[in-house]
Amino acid sequence: MQAVQRHNNIHPKKLLLWVSIVSLVMMFTALTSAYIVRRAAGNWLEFSIPTIFYANTLVIVASSITLHAAYAAFKREAAVAYKALLSISFILGIAFVAIQLLGWEEMTAQGLDIKINPSTSFVYALSGLHAVHVLGGLAALAVALVMAFVTKLKRTPARQLRLELTLTYWHFVDILWIYLIIFLSLQR
Amino acid sequence: MATAIFAPTTREEGLIQELGYEDYFHDHHHGDKYQSNFVSHYIFSQDHKMIAKQFLITGMMWAIIGGLMSLVFRMQLGFPEESLAWIKPVLGKWITVSADGIGKLQADFYYALVTMHGTILVFFVLTAGLSGTFSNLLIPLMVGARDMASPLLNMLSYWFFFISGMVMFASLFLSTGPFAGGWVAYPPLSALPEAMDGSKAGMTLWTISLVLFVVSVLLGGINYITTVLNLRTKGMTMWRLPLPIWAFFVTAIIGLLSFPVLVSAFFLMMLDRGIGTSFYLSDIYIGGQALDHVGGSPILYQHLFWFLGHPEVYIIILPAMGIVSEVLSVNARKPIFGYKAMVFSILAIAFLSFIVWAHHMFMSGVNPFIANFFVIFTLIIAVPSAVKVFNWIATLYGGSIRFNPASLFAIGFVSMFISGGLTGIWLGNSTLDIQLHDTYFVVAHFHIVMGVAAFFGMYAGVYHWFPKMYGRFMNETLGKFHFWGTLIGAYCVFWPMHYIGMAGVPRRYFRFDTFETFNHFAELNKFITIAAIITFGFQVLFIINFFYSIWKGRKMETMNPYDSNTLEWTTPIETGHGNWPGKLPSVQRWAYDYGKDGRDFIPQVEPVSEEESPAH
Repeated sequence: MQAVQRHNNIHPKKLLLWVSIVSLVMMFTALTSAYIVRRAAGNWLEFSIPTIFYANTLVIVASSITLHAAYAAFKREAAVAYKALLSISFILGIAFVAIQLLGWEEMTAQGLDIKINPSTSFVYALSGLHAVHVLGGLAALAVALVMAFVTKLKRTPARQLRLELTLTYWHFVDILWIYLIIFLSLQR
Repeated sequence: MATAIFAPTTREEGLIQELGYEDYFHDHHHGDKYQSNFVSHYIFSQDHKMIAKQFLITGMMWAIIGGLMSLVFRMQLGFPEESLAWIKPVLGKWITVSADGIGKLQADFYYALVTMHGTILVFFVLTAGLSGTFSNLLIPLMVGARDMASPLLNMLSYWFFFISGMVMFASLFLSTGPFAGGWVAYPPLSALPEAMDGSKAGMTLWTISLVLFVVSVLLGGINYITTVLNLRTKGMTMWRLPLPIWAFFVTAIIGLLSFPVLVSAFFLMMLDRGIGTSFYLSDIYIGGQALDHVGGSPILYQHLFWFLGHPEVYIIILPAMGIVSEVLSVNARKPIFGYKAMVFSILAIAFLSFIVWAHHMFMSGVNPFIANFFVIFTLIIAVPSAVKVFNWIATLYGGSIRFNPASLFAIGFVSMFISGGLTGIWLGNSTLDIQLHDTYFVVAHFHIVMGVAAFFGMYAGVYHWFPKMYGRFMNETLGKFHFWGTLIGAYCVFWPMHYIGMAGVPRRYFRFDTFETFNHFAELNKFITIAAIITFGFQVLFIINFFYSIWKGRKMETMNPYDSNTLEWTTPIETGHGNWPGKLPSVQRWAYDYGKDGRDFIPQVEPVSEEESPAH
């Protein structure tokens, strides 16, 4: 692929990722629009989503920050810092999904299960679909983690590109969650 | 080094070597990865030209299946009393044979056939088969790229389409039959497995198939967009792009923005079906029994569906428009009339396509004041469409037209687009919809403007670029027979449907002979059925011509058989991986310098000379 590259500013694969992100944005825009339309139609159960969801926002934001720090360490070729920060980001990512699970359990325990009303269904659907995308990001992080521990850290353009792609996607799922939590809290 | 060995054989190749852009592509070894053995060359190919052929031939297979389905239900509508026992060997239990040997099509299966016909033609044939084929073939060749931005994703795009097709195909053999709720899959019928047989496993497979299909479209689309934006060769500015590329590019953007919304709609539907949520369902009784679902709204699904569904018709028609623009200009030996107007009208159509979706829902209880808004925007689409039609006709005007199958189909496209577009103005009015909605008028409208017109664009493209794909020409005489048969046949099938529709005959009915008021259309329905069978026969002619010509067609002797300006005709007849054997071409001018300064054509790689008259 190197030979195909030209004098443009953005690498084709990065543009590919950005364009894919646009389509993911459309998917969530559709769901949140459906939420607004459905809510306006009445027969809507009002409730407050558990605080644990708000707390979890800090977890995913923290993972974004540590991953960015890992990226900085990669650029400095600081192997120890890179491995440590990457591991922390990965663990925080796992923790985020686990805490989302706790959040759903808490809602179910309060009697707010998925079937009771479209208002609860939407919370499960939105956060569930988001969690699936976080799992996708975790898969990419897992690959980076294996690479970090198996191979010697060397700043090659190919590795840097892969890490940048992972980083962009991870920031995207982070910002997506911030959008969703703000959306869900403003809507009640 | 391959670059050193390469010796130009034509003037264009010489110009490319002299002025082109050296990207050291051939200094690297690519052979093993791309075409060293049968599997990597023909099956899991990452070469855009091979992927284009895969899309085309798979699309053709689906067109045959979908077309045959339409013949079965047309026979039911045209000859409801005739025995269909003779197709029992194919359709099996869906034909019930009575004691006296009369075979009847089961009413349930009629709906399944209509549903499958719609799904297959809209998605598999006219989206994947049309945009998938020509975007893949032409984008890298026309912008001067070695391949797509990501050949791997491109390959996956085809294979997701293939698997999606296999899932849909498997659903045809279920004991409860394939999905039978119409291609739009409105809930509650689609969301409740207990509603009817066709909504059981058939619907589940239908949804899985379409989600895989969306993945395929998106993988293809992000590649097309990135390639057009990022891999254009030196000198290929956006305003020098040939019109098909503009059309494919905008099509990909529309798909990227609208298909994810369909996935969202399906996601909520799957929750309704699988988990028992009530996004789309409320207060439903089946067999006197009330269901648990409370609080949902089926209209919500319609909004989400048509937010894709309307842009989808432009995903189908825009590539055809792009192909037609190119074919008409080349074969009229004239520059395309109003190049920038063409581009802006594509952009305007794309923009408007996102704000008219509710015109599919005028009769489902949309607020009439909101309907006004949608009526106005719908009617405004006529403006850019009319600009395009005017420009095509103006391109033909005064040209020295070559009448070959490609140009005939392109002209036929313009005819179909006008006929179908005019009825669109009728249907865009919410008041007229009170009478016309859900009648054969709608069927006639969308088949002419979207179905037949897009097919004409596709045929124009296949006849025109067949030499680029296979190094041989298709038979012209057979092609002309195919054209006249299809043009006359298609009008015979769909023109009478307008009258039936205006009289209020509803679509999706199993038979009309049991309704006193529709009885006088029996003869017309027979006529339509016979016309449909004959028209299908002419498509068989095309299929024979296509496969015969791959192996036995007249060989392509020169690199540029049509005296065309665009870059794909500067590649060798046997186009290898990487498309250009030496340097990448450097583009010096726009794509439509035909008949300029007394010269028949001036390729895009030729520099603008000083005594040349100012640009277009």
